[in-house]
Amino acid sequence: MLRIEYVYWLCGALLAACALHDLRAHRFAAAVFWGILAAIFLGGDAVAAAAAQGNALPAQSVGIGVIALALVAGSGALRRVPAAVDAAASAQRRQSAARLGHGLFAPALVIPFGTLALSLLQPYLPWASMDRGQFTLIALGLACIAATLAALALTRARARDAIAETSRLLDALSWALLLPMLLAMLGAVFAATGVGEAIAHIVATAIPTQSPTACLLAFAFGMVAFTVIMGNAFAAFPVMMAGIGLPLLIGRHHAHAAALGALGMLTGYCGTLLTPMAANFNIVPAALLELRDPNGVIRAQWPTALALLAVNFGMLWFFAMP
Amino acid sequence: MNYWPLLGVAVVVFGFAMRANPALVVVIAGIASGLLAGLPIADLLALIGNKFVASRNLLVLLLTLPTIGLLERAGLREHAAAFIARMRTFTLARLLIAYLAIRQMFSMLGLTGIAGHPQTVRPLLAPMAEAAAEKIDPSLAAADRDRVKALCAATDNIGLFFGEDVFIAFGAVLLIQGFYAQNGINLDPRSISLWALPTALAAFAIQSLRALRLQRALRKNTQSKKADSHAAD
Repeated sequence: MLRIEYVYWLCGALLAACALHDLRAHRFAAAVFWGILAAIFLGGDAVAAAAAQGNALPAQSVGIGVIALALVAGSGALRRVPAAVDAAASAQRRQSAARLGHGLFAPALVIPFGTLALSLLQPYLPWASMDRGQFTLIALGLACIAATLAALALTRARARDAIAETSRLLDALSWALLLPMLLAMLGAVFAATGVGEAIAHIVATAIPTQSPTACLLAFAFGMVAFTVIMGNAFAAFPVMMAGIGLPLLIGRHHAHAAALGALGMLTGYCGTLLTPMAANFNIVPAALLELRDPNGVIRAQWPTALALLAVNFGMLWFFAMP
Repeated sequence: MNYWPLLGVAVVVFGFAMRANPALVVVIAGIASGLLAGLPIADLLALIGNKFVASRNLLVLLLTLPTIGLLERAGLREHAAAFIARMRTFTLARLLIAYLAIRQMFSMLGLTGIAGHPQTVRPLLAPMAEAAAEKIDPSLAAADRDRVKALCAATDNIGLFFGEDVFIAFGAVLLIQGFYAQNGINLDPRSISLWALPTALAAFAIQSLRALRLQRALRKNTQSKKADSHAAD
């Protein structure tokens, strides 16, 4: 029986190999950074198991590790000097591209289609009886292993080259790769400290509740603003629904529940397009594509986001309100 | 009600506005919010540790990097670019609109993991779009190149976000249904996902128009550059 933990261990092993690679190249800050992260991935299950049994010490050590990661990231020491444009390597890449042709697409396509095939086959696989969300990650992990083997076979590269290339990409992504996990952590801290309720409370006391328009505007604006702050419409939805949607829009002004829910969530998505807090969609890609402006993706998105916001608000106005 | 933890939000806003390192800002905001809510330091550290460990699933995309790195070393991006450069019918706007359509359709079927920034945007879409932009302007400026790449990432996000809600088994739809069910309102998930369809169509139309506008802007730019160089002759 496969377990999701194996996927995390594989991530940990890959991170550890890259940390060693950085250590050998005397990039000490990067080695420490990826080393801490590798330890958290390799020991994550032990931490969760200990926490379930009431032993908080391992989780507290991870907490200290997270602070250390943030300090290394904040020190600016992670920046790897980009290699100068190497004419020989670039000519070699073009030559290899001409030789391998469309074959180069094959390993890249193994990742999405392998994940897809495994997900579709899940009901027929005896070792895949875990929940669907977890199995998608396992399928992605297996597809990535297959794709790496295919890429090694196709390009006749050595395993050591695979680590060097992974390390190059990791150092290019740098702390941006970590941001989604840190924001999930922040969302949980905000939830535990009652930030959401406090915001919903302020909004609900500030609006004239007898006006359906004012309530709808506050709901839509609140969904966007709270999504921008939390980086996630899923976190904003229950807060705004509990604060404004249920008691005022549905309870008092008899809004259409299905339309309000769906369009309210989509209004939040417009906020996701606008915020650096949605790091895996907006900041990580800017790093992946080596944009000079870390907010370049948001700059490309805001006109679409505002236009869609207007569309959603119009639909809420016409269809969700009686 | 204790309003002090809201200062954690202020830390985030201030930190991003000051362009401080986002990883550092987020951790400081978490610590500030926790301390202001009166959490003991030991509990706060455990909370941070537990939640960080619980969100490991967000980093599994890391496993795509060896494949992408090896293929890039073997010339994947060069090949994707050369392929588009040869195809006359694939203009920049057509490429982006076709990608948007495919991404949105797969998302509507619940197949969200099939594409993404590391899997498809960096190795395939971005170099193809750059090659298509170079067909318009062979001496593409660095700023325009960044605009093209950023629009590729935006197209992937918009296709994903405004497709997935149409799929009934998607988390957002189940979250909405679950929230209502807890509050005594029972809805069929299909009635919720149906309401996501008009926005999905609007998203497709708006983003397609923006791809066309970028293409037109690049063409205009190139023409005026040509006119300038003729004037200089």
